Amino acid sequence: MEHAPDTMQARVLACAACHGEHGEGTDNDYFPRLAGKPAGYLFNQLIAFRDGGRSYPPMNYLLAYLPDAYLKQIAEHFAEQRPPYPPPAAPRVDAATLALGRQLVTNGAPDRKLPACAACHGTGLTGMRPAIPGLVGLHADYISAQLGAFRYGTRHTASPNCMHDISSHLTDREITAIAAWLAAQPGPADPTPAAPSHLPLACGSVPN
Amino acid sequence: MRKLRSLIPFVPLVFAALCTAPVRAQTESPPAPATGSHAELIAKGEYLARAGDCIACHTIPAGKLFGGGRAMETPFGTLYTPNISSDKATGIGAWSADEFYRMLHEGKSRDGTLLYPAMPFASYTKVTRADSDAIYAFLQSTQPIHQVNREHTLRFPYNQRSLLIGWRTLYFRQGEFQPSPTQSVEWNRGAYLVLGLGHCTMCHTSINALGGTSLSKEFQGGLIPMQNWYAPSLTSNREAGLGDWSIEDITGLLRAGISKRGAVYGPMAEVVFDSFQHLTDDDVRAVAVYLKSLPGKASEVDTSPRSTYTTEEAARLAPLGGKIYAAQCAICHATGGQGKPPAFPPLANNQSIQMNSAVNPIRMVLNGGYPPGTHLNPAPYGMPPFAQLLSDAEIAAVVTYIRTAWGNHGTPVSEREVNALRSAPLF
Repeated sequence: MEHAPDTMQARVLACAACHGEHGEGTDNDYFPRLAGKPAGYLFNQLIAFRDGGRSYPPMNYLLAYLPDAYLKQIAEHFAEQRPPYPPPAAPRVDAATLALGRQLVTNGAPDRKLPACAACHGTGLTGMRPAIPGLVGLHADYISAQLGAFRYGTRHTASPNCMHDISSHLTDREITAIAAWLAAQPGPADPTPAAPSHLPLACGSVPN
Repeated sequence: MRKLRSLIPFVPLVFAALCTAPVRAQTESPPAPATGSHAELIAKGEYLARAGDCIACHTIPAGKLFGGGRAMETPFGTLYTPNISSDKATGIGAWSADEFYRMLHEGKSRDGTLLYPAMPFASYTKVTRADSDAIYAFLQSTQPIHQVNREHTLRFPYNQRSLLIGWRTLYFRQGEFQPSPTQSVEWNRGAYLVLGLGHCTMCHTSINALGGTSLSKEFQGGLIPMQNWYAPSLTSNREAGLGDWSIEDITGLLRAGISKRGAVYGPMAEVVFDSFQHLTDDDVRAVAVYLKSLPGKASEVDTSPRSTYTTEEAARLAPLGGKIYAAQCAICHATGGQGKPPAFPPLANNQSIQMNSAVNPIRMVLNGGYPPGTHLNPAPYGMPPFAQLLSDAEIAAVVTYIRTAWGNHGTPVSEREVNALRSAPLF
């Protein structure tokens, strides 16, 4: 009798159905890219889906009876993947909105004490080790949905929930702008997440 | 919110209102004399609490151990499990061992309130006084969790506990397990675990119109209300039950969550994760020995509703099913349906695929699933979900294919059945 391959890739076929064979994501807006995101970030998300910090029943169901050690292996597997990025999406917003998005992502809004996305997610927006995700290669609708979920408290993190604070201070138009500009960026030449460095605010899911 | 192991019998309550027979007089066995150290007693109690799977209902996932508060959804409203930690004010810290035994044995709370049969006291009544005392000692040793019990939100008239008197008269037979002198020690241990702490009958015996279970149909399987999973027969019936499963197949499945014959999924994944993987080899083997002894009655028929289909629909879907199987399934489950066990279970000659009810195979194709990660299988292989990829017609076609190919004797399924299960509670 033939045996299943003794590999992580064979074990995570259940993930590949929505997130792609190498975690590259699919053209579905709500199945994000996993590949190359720092393992600590992916592990935190797997725990949150298993224990209810993030609510999405198909994920909550799949992970319900998987132990921490195995979720860590799954996280490390996808963190190591380096599939190519999809071509960037053509923006569906006007030039002024796109410019606003670029401004907020790269500079933030210092007058409102809002840090730039790049301050934590890396200058190349490929994330920061050990636990801050990359923002490139995601669909605009996915990004805006996550910002909304942080704002309304349906996506929880360890306290302090820095993304709740930030998203609560963004207007709807700003969220649209950030999501549109991020989704329009081409894949980075170097997808490696940035090395850990000082963060402008305290985030419970990132050990400081 | 997490959708819970569902509960059973609220239909009966209206009927039960007509029945006002008093609860029978009780006889209580005296407390067992203490043996061994208190630490040993607590360890024994912890083990028995695993066998009874108390944690599954009395702890919110990732919540405080035995703090209760888990929502149990029923067609009649929502029950919230109580705090059973050692907290004196909100848990059971102020209870005596006698009161705890009465609760398990008679289905009455400390103040005499009748418990809803969501609490499996109809099984726990078989637990010995000594084992009850050990579980009591263990629970009293747990961290006190100060968390006030949440009120149930059952609708009228289901919120009238007096209705439970009738249900108890019809379906509750109080009494500790009585070993059979004609059976082996191992068989009796297995029977004690299955019929008592294991409360297997809560899912594996079908519920009748009054919400009770019939002894004549014990362990012949049934649809689990609300959850929409079908708990298969555990008898030795070849068609529906454990038939030609070996003791090793059964113990492997219960301890590891996987076996050469199939994997656990749905609600049983939780039972293996929380309970069976923690039990000793001897106890799991005793369970298997007892289950294998359940007679496969010639009269046992799979009484679950058959999958529905029309000949026209089946004929239309049949060729499509083979194509989808080749494209999506054969890579793991093999062209001949033999799978690559134990990682990728066989589909040919797999009872859970061929039962009258097609609920389980449809849900597995829709939602996929991981067997539990256990000590013996810490990194399980997962079945992908296909709800996002395949249409109702495509899923009906491929499920029809696996139920009828390779000598499988299931019946075709319809698009309508697939569509109805897309909204089944996942969690």
